[in-house]
Amino acid sequence: MTPSSPGRTPSSAGTGGDGTAGTDGRGTAGARGPGPPPRPKFAAAARAALTDTRQRRNLRGATAVARGRAAAATAEPADWEALREAGRAIRDETLLGLDTHLEGLERAVTAAGGTVHWAPDAAEARRIVTALVRATGAAEVLKAGSLAVREIGAGDALARAGITLRETALADLVVQLGEDEPSHLLSPAAHRDRAEIRELFLRKMPGAPPDLPDDPEALAAAARAHLRGRFLSARVAITGANFLVAETGTVVVLESEGNGRMCLTLPDTLITVAGIEKVVPTWADLEVFLQLLPRSSSGDRMTPYVSSWTGVTPGDGPAEFHLVLLDNGRTQALADEIGRAALRCVRCSACLNVCPVYERTGGRAYGPVYPGPIGAILTPQMRGVESAADASLPYASTLCGACADVCPVKIDIPGVLVHLRGKVVESRRRRPVPTPELLMMRGLAWTMGDPRRYETALRRGTRWVRLMSRGGRIRRLPGLLGTWTEARDLPLPPSESFRGWWRRRNA
Amino acid sequence: MRVALFVACFDDAMFPATGKAVTVLLERLGHEVAYPPGQTCCGQVHWTTGYHREAAALARAFTGAFEGCEVVVTPSASCAATVRGAYPRIARTARDPALARAAEGLAVYELTEFLVDVLGAADVGAYFPHRVTYHPTCQSARTLGVADRPLRLLRAVRGLDLVELPAAEECCGFGGAFAMKNADVSVAMVADKVRHIRDTGADVVCAADNSCLAHIGGALSRLRGGVRAVHLAEILAETGPS
Ligand code: SF4
Repeated sequence: MTPSSPGRTPSSAGTGGDGTAGTDGRGTAGARGPGPPPRPKFAAAARAALTDTRQRRNLRGATAVARGRAAAATAEPADWEALREAGRAIRDETLLGLDTHLEGLERAVTAAGGTVHWAPDAAEARRIVTALVRATGAAEVLKAGSLAVREIGAGDALARAGITLRETALADLVVQLGEDEPSHLLSPAAHRDRAEIRELFLRKMPGAPPDLPDDPEALAAAARAHLRGRFLSARVAITGANFLVAETGTVVVLESEGNGRMCLTLPDTLITVAGIEKVVPTWADLEVFLQLLPRSSSGDRMTPYVSSWTGVTPGDGPAEFHLVLLDNGRTQALADEIGRAALRCVRCSACLNVCPVYERTGGRAYGPVYPGPIGAILTPQMRGVESAADASLPYASTLCGACADVCPVKIDIPGVLVHLRGKVVESRRRRPVPTPELLMMRGLAWTMGDPRRYETALRRGTRWVRLMSRGGRIRRLPGLLGTWTEARDLPLPPSESFRGWWRRRNA
Repeated sequence: MRVALFVACFDDAMFPATGKAVTVLLERLGHEVAYPPGQTCCGQVHWTTGYHREAAALARAFTGAFEGCEVVVTPSASCAATVRGAYPRIARTARDPALARAAEGLAVYELTEFLVDVLGAADVGAYFPHRVTYHPTCQSARTLGVADRPLRLLRAVRGLDLVELPAAEECCGFGGAFAMKNADVSVAMVADKVRHIRDTGADVVCAADNSCLAHIGGALSRLRGGVRAVHLAEILAETGPS
């Protein structure tokens, strides 16, 4: 296992300040600064990733280990399937009454001395967070890994306000120091090996011992020493949440290093940014997820650190607590009867670890925040499918179904992918000029819709394809089919089709 | 039993030997095979690529062509999965309750399910003296859940030396439009699949779906690996000295 493994914590995914601006998908990349450059389509980004053989090897190793651990841990409880079903049911019921649960949560947080902020989109969330930090006068903010913080692009927004966001989770720190992009939900540095991390620390971490060995413990110790001073002096911390318990207004974070816990207890001001779907109605519901999540994600029976906090307590912990509830496309997803299943996700990353596509491309091909199969269904719902990059995500899968098999909350990822492909096609149909693919698919359906038309086309097509063959194989096809023959032959279609044979035989 | 045969459009055009093999096999087992002439395509490609209106039209044509058949059997696992698993969704998307009812009225089986579950025949009297490995395609293993039925059938074939495929359950990278839209990843995946197949030392790799086999076979052919990709039905149809 690579040294990034200590970072395999459900809460330590993503980085907030690594230079990917404006991830809100509404084209509102912040009040100032240029918008993000258009992202490439999945296929193009994947092509680049495939050539990085070191990254591929590291990722393959990391996913194989995680896969094995999760498989063992989920085989253990006799009632695993019942737990999954319970998790699915709780999530679905909660989502259907989300407004009620969120209102309850707000009441409870307020009663406990915290403040709730509602952010309809990333831009608003950035504004809220920046204003909160500014009000403290701090020049530096600690961050305990969070996808939501990354999703809103808090790092850049704070940087523009002259405030530095510092990662505290080891894997996030590796990504931040390397000015890299995270490649995995849970282990953002899963694409880096120890030797690379050691080199990075020597180069970028002030005070790293020059004789630093590249074993995981030594690397983790170096990072801890590097972070210690910051923990003690920090006045503001920003974190995400794994769950929000509505009945008591409690935020719950799971992590494996304990750095997050330091962020929660030492600073004066604590800001939590969480997607609105993170709410669970009661502690009894949480019990189900505390079993499902660790086993599916890191393969642990329980995550080493499970921290929870409720509002503020005079004389103990932060004096100020703010909860920023983030929508950013989530209610849009919620309105979609089939697509809303994606909001059940607990970010365990089990689907990434079994996905053969993800294993080869890594996370970056999926865009800025949510990688792997879950990213392929979540991102296009939150951002829409208008851009070519977002529209390419539902196609970044063979629909093999390995992800759905392991998802602890039973999200039918292939089903949602197909549903979203339908949305992509519908949005393309509205264009004044039809795409070549649409013309081809329409023509194909028209031909196939009638046996006589089909047979005529079959005879013609066979003759035409046989003309193009060489040595009994087809090595090159034109047009949209050309990508097939770049690396694969096609056998020659026989001159007699099955139906031809049948007719001759039964004549 | 009178069995209605569905030969997927792809098999009809590219792999007619598979449909012939199913015909020969079922007749050998004493059943009557019918080939409803109105059949064309189940609409799988349209559905999975997102052309849901077109898929609905093809699904209507399909259910029309097979209306009234007692059982429909197909050697294409992904087409069986489409009719059984996707047609209800296609009908719902198209808001077409008549299509939903028509789909429900069809008893569609993938070949190995039909042989083992309906006919109760694990030994179909085949003879195939080769070293063979079996790739469980995602649609057969996951969507249809055919489990070990194909292996039970293969184990009963005389002369056949069945060798286990490492990482068998991993997708070959075909995935319909995926093979074209994400050709690089698809090829990276099939390269690993082909490596595993060659590691077994088998001369033949078989599966219950010619689409994945065309992908795997196409890569094997490009590599001139000397391993043949053959549909399971064609192995089961082979007979030899008794
Ligand atoms: S989709 Fe399911 S498997 Fe994937 S991260 Fe979310 S909960 Fe885990």
